[in-house]
Amino acid sequence: MSTPDAVQLALYLAALLGLSPPLGTYMAKVYQEGRPPLVGRLLGPLEGLIYRACGIRPEQEMGWRTYALSLLAFNLLGGLALYGLLRLQGELPLNPLGLAGMEPWLAFNTAVSFVSNTNWQAYAGESALTNFTQMLGLTAQNFLSAATGMACLAALIRGLARRESASVGNFFVDLVRSLLYVLLPLALLLSLVLVSQGVVQTLAARQEVTPLQETIQGAGQGPARGDAAGQALALGPAASQVAIKQLGTNGGGFFNANSAHPLENPTPLSNFLQCLAILLIPAALCHTFGAMVGDRRQGWVLLLAMLALFLAGLGLALWAEAAGNPGLAGLGLEEQGGSLEGKEVRVGVVGSALWAVATTAASNGSVNAMHDSLTPLGGLVPMLMMQLGEVVFGGVGSGLYGMLCFVLVAVFIAGLMVGRTPEYLGKKIGAFEIKMAALVIMAPLFAVLVPTALAVSGPAAAASSNPGAHGFSQVLYAFSSMGNNNGSAFAGLDATGPLYTLGGAMAMLVARYWLALPVLALAGALAAAKSVPPGPGTLPTHTPLFCGLLVAVVLVVGALAFLPALALGPVVEHLQMLGH
Amino acid sequence: MPEFLRLLRPSALLLLVLSLLTGLAYPLLVTGLAQAVFPNQANGSLTEHQGMVIGSELVGQQFDQPQWFWGRPSATAPQAYNATASGGSNLAPTNPALAQVVRERLDALRAAHGQESPPVPMELVTTSASGLDPHLSPAAVLYQVGRVAAARGLDPAQVAALARGHIEGRQWGVLGQPRVNVLKLNLALARRWPGQGSADAAR
Repeated sequence: MSTPDAVQLALYLAALLGLSPPLGTYMAKVYQEGRPPLVGRLLGPLEGLIYRACGIRPEQEMGWRTYALSLLAFNLLGGLALYGLLRLQGELPLNPLGLAGMEPWLAFNTAVSFVSNTNWQAYAGESALTNFTQMLGLTAQNFLSAATGMACLAALIRGLARRESASVGNFFVDLVRSLLYVLLPLALLLSLVLVSQGVVQTLAARQEVTPLQETIQGAGQGPARGDAAGQALALGPAASQVAIKQLGTNGGGFFNANSAHPLENPTPLSNFLQCLAILLIPAALCHTFGAMVGDRRQGWVLLLAMLALFLAGLGLALWAEAAGNPGLAGLGLEEQGGSLEGKEVRVGVVGSALWAVATTAASNGSVNAMHDSLTPLGGLVPMLMMQLGEVVFGGVGSGLYGMLCFVLVAVFIAGLMVGRTPEYLGKKIGAFEIKMAALVIMAPLFAVLVPTALAVSGPAAAASSNPGAHGFSQVLYAFSSMGNNNGSAFAGLDATGPLYTLGGAMAMLVARYWLALPVLALAGALAAAKSVPPGPGTLPTHTPLFCGLLVAVVLVVGALAFLPALALGPVVEHLQMLGH
Repeated sequence: MPEFLRLLRPSALLLLVLSLLTGLAYPLLVTGLAQAVFPNQANGSLTEHQGMVIGSELVGQQFDQPQWFWGRPSATAPQAYNATASGGSNLAPTNPALAQVVRERLDALRAAHGQESPPVPMELVTTSASGLDPHLSPAAVLYQVGRVAAARGLDPAQVAALARGHIEGRQWGVLGQPRVNVLKLNLALARRWPGQGSADAAR
């Protein structure tokens, strides 16, 4: 790696580790005190107005069941509204191109995808959606699904922090505060910086231009070539959506090429900020957790465990991408560049690898390079990051609540080893807690592996665009992505068939709600529990030893479940590539 | 179940209010601010030549005649550099079709630049992620100087100097990669030596 590339990586990590503690502290204030300083004073009246308009009593606390039902009701209605919008967009305003409504199955898949914070896209944004749908449908769900995940996490943290309490907070209040005080201000700021770099933000949908080569030719010798079609630029309100898609671990591109599109991510600065925004809130929430349970070290341990897994994956991906494609060696090409198929020049190999690992470690799913063209091991890392259950940073809220379930399992295993009742943060971890944690960890395994097996044993395998082991990798990647609410893709796969739209929607629903419900049940049980004072036999959970144990538990569960599948896909492909 | 039904009303109202806030008020506010403060960028960074809008300086376009610098191959359909259908080839590194098409592009480049030409920079034979990549590395631009100069009947040193003047360094000295915007460079060619860009003049 060249020195400037190393400097960029160091700058990235420094910015992430430097910005996350203050943001985390700020978010803890939001969930504990309600109104943060400054922003709270500015937007506080709006918050009150929203509650009054909706008949919500913010001081009313909810037990975990009511909290969970509120979450389900809100998400169900959100999904139905988005489905309606997608189907009816042809009749709605802001449709200068006269686009039709989306097909039913695809609309179902898309609605589930955006409500579940997955943002899997089996359509191309610039040619399938009106600007009205992009704004009122997708931009809105980018915010709402992210806020849903954050609210769910706030409930779990309260469960750990409270003692003998019957309630875990108020879902509607957590949702509104996540939106007003965290997501909206950050998105507003980021979107304006992105526009300054060249990300488009207009209500127009197209701009016709005459390319330079045709302009000159036209002036020189009458009409341009017969096949000259001019160039039409797809435009739209992109910056406002791109900002929240990065911050809220959503990841659904405004344009088909996502953040590889030069009007969605035009400069190295926009690339740096968007890449930083992927991990910023998930990292900061670790500090929010530490602040809310009254021991910042507990948050640091989780952040460092995530960081260790992230850096290990990043190292492998960087090495694989820089090594390039031996299949193109010996042709008389410059060989030092690494693999450039499916990558952008302004981003480069290192910038592409960093983004690929960050976007899959977090359940973001946006891309600035085409993952389908990554080298086999460069593609294995993103797949594994998703398969670990999206707990290496993970989604906003969902990543940390997933990781906390792994923490409970780690505490449980340590307790078994020394023969004591496991405890975490003064709460006894009993059979119910472990059952819920196991559900959270197991559900995605089924959501990934079962549909993958179905797809490759049936005709749906023909949807893959590459032969051999990579064809299998495309299918495995698709369900790893949907079954963990990531949303990125090996995009050569034709995912418009019923198995992918319908089966994929099921995988996304399982990955989102079969995790959120056990997490809230866990929150309720923990909140109701008594606090036990730490004794001499209590395992301290703020130590490097525990950090190592946690990393090991995450890796062992992920590896046991997915090594066979990974061996059939990227590992075989890597060996084939070397043997070429 | 009755509790769920009771929660539907506040949920629906909240969905409505928050959708209007995040899906209408927020994007329209950003649009308003963007159009007021950064109108050029917000509308696609359009650039003109001889009174015609010839493109966005951020979006690559097709150049395939000898008197122009050529950008990267583009995988968009149905034609290259289709800015309403962005996307990459999605070919795996082990796909034989990739090696095949790279070989074909390499042969075409050698035919246009002479068989004795130096090693070909990778990005001239590989497609970008978006199919709209506006940039090349400095090496990939300098590789083409001899052909462009010959097609225009110019001194290669002059064309090389123009190309070198268009190298953009890392942003703030740190971020990204050194690169050349192919459209901006070709526009500079057209402005510096007008009348030599058409196919007639090149002949």
